[in-house]
Amino acid sequence: MSMVPEITGEGSQATLEAAAEPPHVSRKVIRGRSPWQLAWERLRTDRAAIISAATITVIVLFALLAPLIAHWLGHGSNQQFVDIGEDENGNPVPPSSTFWFGTDSSARDLFVRTIYGARISLSIGVLATLVSVAMGTVFGLAAGYLGGVADALIARLVDVMLAVPFLVIAIAVASIWRPSFWLVIFVVGVLGFTYPARIVRGQVISLKEKEFVQAARALGAGPLRIMFVDLLPNVMAQVIVYGSLLIPAAIVSEATLSYLGVGVQPPTADWGAMISDAQGYYQYGFWWYLLFPSLALLVTTLAFNILGDSIRDALDPRGGGIYK
Amino acid sequence: MIRFLTVRIGQAILVLWAATVVVFLLFFVGPGPNSVARTFAGRLATPARIAQIKHDLNLDQPIYQQYLHWVGNLLQGNLGYDYYKGQPVNSVVAAALPATLSLVIGAAILWIAYGVLSGVISAVRPRTFLDRGFTLSALVFYSMPTFVLGLGLIWIFAYKLSPVTKFFPFHGYIPLTQNPGQWFEYLILPWLTLALVTSAGYTRLTRTSMLEVLGEDYIRTARSKGMSERRLVRVHGLRAALTPVVTLAGLDIGVALGGVIITETVFGITGLGWTIVQAINLQDLPVIMGIAILAAAFVVVANLVVDILYAVLDPRVRLY
Repeated sequence: MSMVPEITGEGSQATLEAAAEPPHVSRKVIRGRSPWQLAWERLRTDRAAIISAATITVIVLFALLAPLIAHWLGHGSNQQFVDIGEDENGNPVPPSSTFWFGTDSSARDLFVRTIYGARISLSIGVLATLVSVAMGTVFGLAAGYLGGVADALIARLVDVMLAVPFLVIAIAVASIWRPSFWLVIFVVGVLGFTYPARIVRGQVISLKEKEFVQAARALGAGPLRIMFVDLLPNVMAQVIVYGSLLIPAAIVSEATLSYLGVGVQPPTADWGAMISDAQGYYQYGFWWYLLFPSLALLVTTLAFNILGDSIRDALDPRGGGIYK
Repeated sequence: MIRFLTVRIGQAILVLWAATVVVFLLFFVGPGPNSVARTFAGRLATPARIAQIKHDLNLDQPIYQQYLHWVGNLLQGNLGYDYYKGQPVNSVVAAALPATLSLVIGAAILWIAYGVLSGVISAVRPRTFLDRGFTLSALVFYSMPTFVLGLGLIWIFAYKLSPVTKFFPFHGYIPLTQNPGQWFEYLILPWLTLALVTSAGYTRLTRTSMLEVLGEDYIRTARSKGMSERRLVRVHGLRAALTPVVTLAGLDIGVALGGVIITETVFGITGLGWTIVQAINLQDLPVIMGIAILAAAFVVVANLVVDILYAVLDPRVRLY
C-alpha cells in the first residue's frame, strides 16, 4: 500500500513556490493526510457505505434497546399470549397493531423475538470474529515470520481444518458438550481462523524483508518483539478489512447451527431457530413466521457485507473492490 | 516437477491421515463409549445391556486399538459396518453418493455458467445498469444463508405459484436410473439454491479478474491492431481471466462432493450430507467416520489436482 501523504491544493510545486516567496504573501495551506484519514474521506463519500452503516446502526439500536421496546410493548420475548396470540386452532396470528410481525407457533410476539434475535446474532457475530481474527493473526504472524517448520505445520493444520467439513465438526462439538452461546462463539470463532491467518501470513512474508525489521533485529529484538511490536501494527489495516468481512460470515454460521438445532438453545430467541420452527407453518399461510426472521437475517448480513466491501475499497483503492 | 509432485502428494497423505485422527478423536473419544452405547440401547437400557453393547461394538477396547483396527480396515478399502443394521458402510456410502453427485454436478454447471457469464458482462460493461444489477444480486445471494434461499424458493415455486406450476416437487430424491424425468424435476429447486448461493463468488471473482486482464498491455496491443472487441474478450481475455475461476471451481466442487449438508437437509435429498447428519444424531460412528473421511479425501484430492494443474499451466508457481 502506498504511504505517500496526498498534498491538497496545487501539488508539490506549490510548496517550492511558497517557500521562495516573501512571508507576507498568503500561501495555500498544505495539509498532509495519513492513509487512515484518506480512507475515512473515501468511506464518507461512498453512498453504499453510508446506507449500510446506517442500517447496521439501526439494527444495533434495536438489539440494545430490545428489553426497553419489549417493556414498552408489554410483550416479553418468551411470553406466551394464549388468549390473543393464537387463533381458535392454536395457530399463529398474522401481523396486527398488537403483534407487529404476528406471532409464532407458541403464541409469542414475533417482533419482540426478532429484535431479541438481533442481540444473539450480533454478539456472536462480533465475538466469534474477534476469536477468529486474534487466532488468525497469531498463527499468520508465526507462519509468515518464522517460516520453515512453523509455517509448514500451520499450513497443514489449515489444510486439515478445511478438509473436514465445518458443519460436521460443529455438530460433533455440539453433541459432546451441551450447545450454548459460548460454545457457538468458540466453534464459529476457531473454525474461522484460517482466512485471516492466510491474509496475515501473506502480508508478513512481504514485510519481513523490509528495512525496519532488519533494523529491529540489528537492535537485538527477539522474534516475539518483532512479530507483535514491529509487524503487527503494519498488518492491522488488512486485519480490520478482512475482519469486517468475517462478521456476516460468522452470523450466517451461527444461524446455520441454530437452524440445525445445535446452536443457541430454545427458548432463546434466535433467527436460525425461528426459521427452523417456521418450517412446518409457512407453507400453510403463516408466511410472516418465515418472512420476518429471514428478512432480519438477510438485511443484517447484506449490510455487513456491503460495509465490509466499502471499507476494503477505502483502505486499498487498487484492491479488487467491486464498486471500482 | 517430480519433486513437486512427490512433496505435494506426501502432504496430501499427511493431511488425510491427520483428518482421520481429528475425526476419530471427535467422535470416538469425545462423547465417550458409554454415551454411544446408551444412544444405541435407548432410554430404558440396563447397565448390563449397555456393557454388552459396548462389548459387541468393540467400544470397550483401548482407544488406540480401535483406531488401528479402523485404519487397518480402511487401508483394505473397508469402512466398517454400521451399528444399527450391520450394513457395510461402503454400501451406505455407495447408496448416498449418487444423490450428492447429481446435486453437485448439476449445480456446478449452473453456478459456473451463470457466475462466469455475469462476471464477464459486468467487466466488459462496467458501471452500466447490467453491471450494477449483477453486482448487487451477487451481494444479495452471497449474504443469503442457504436455508433461507431454499425455503424461500420452496415457498414461491411450490406454494405461491402452485396454480401455475401445478405440483412442484421439492422434497426427496428420485434416482436417475429409476425415472430421469422425475430425477430432473426433484432436483430443479436444490440445483437453483446451491447454484445461486455459490455463483455469487464467481460473479465477483470473474469480474475482478477480467477487469484486471483487460487492463493489460497485450490486450491494448491486440486492440490497436484492430481485433474486434468480441474476439478480444473471448480469445485473449477469458483465457487469462479464468485461471483463478478454475481454481475456485475445483476447490468448491471438492468440498461439495463430500456432502452439501444444508441443501440436502432442506430438500430431503438422501445424499452424503443428509446421511452424516442422521448418523451423528444416532451416534453411528462407523458411518460418520466413513463419510467424513470420504469428504476429506474429496477436498484433499481437489486441492492436489488444482495445485498440479496450476503448476502445469503457470511455471511461476513451481516452488520446488
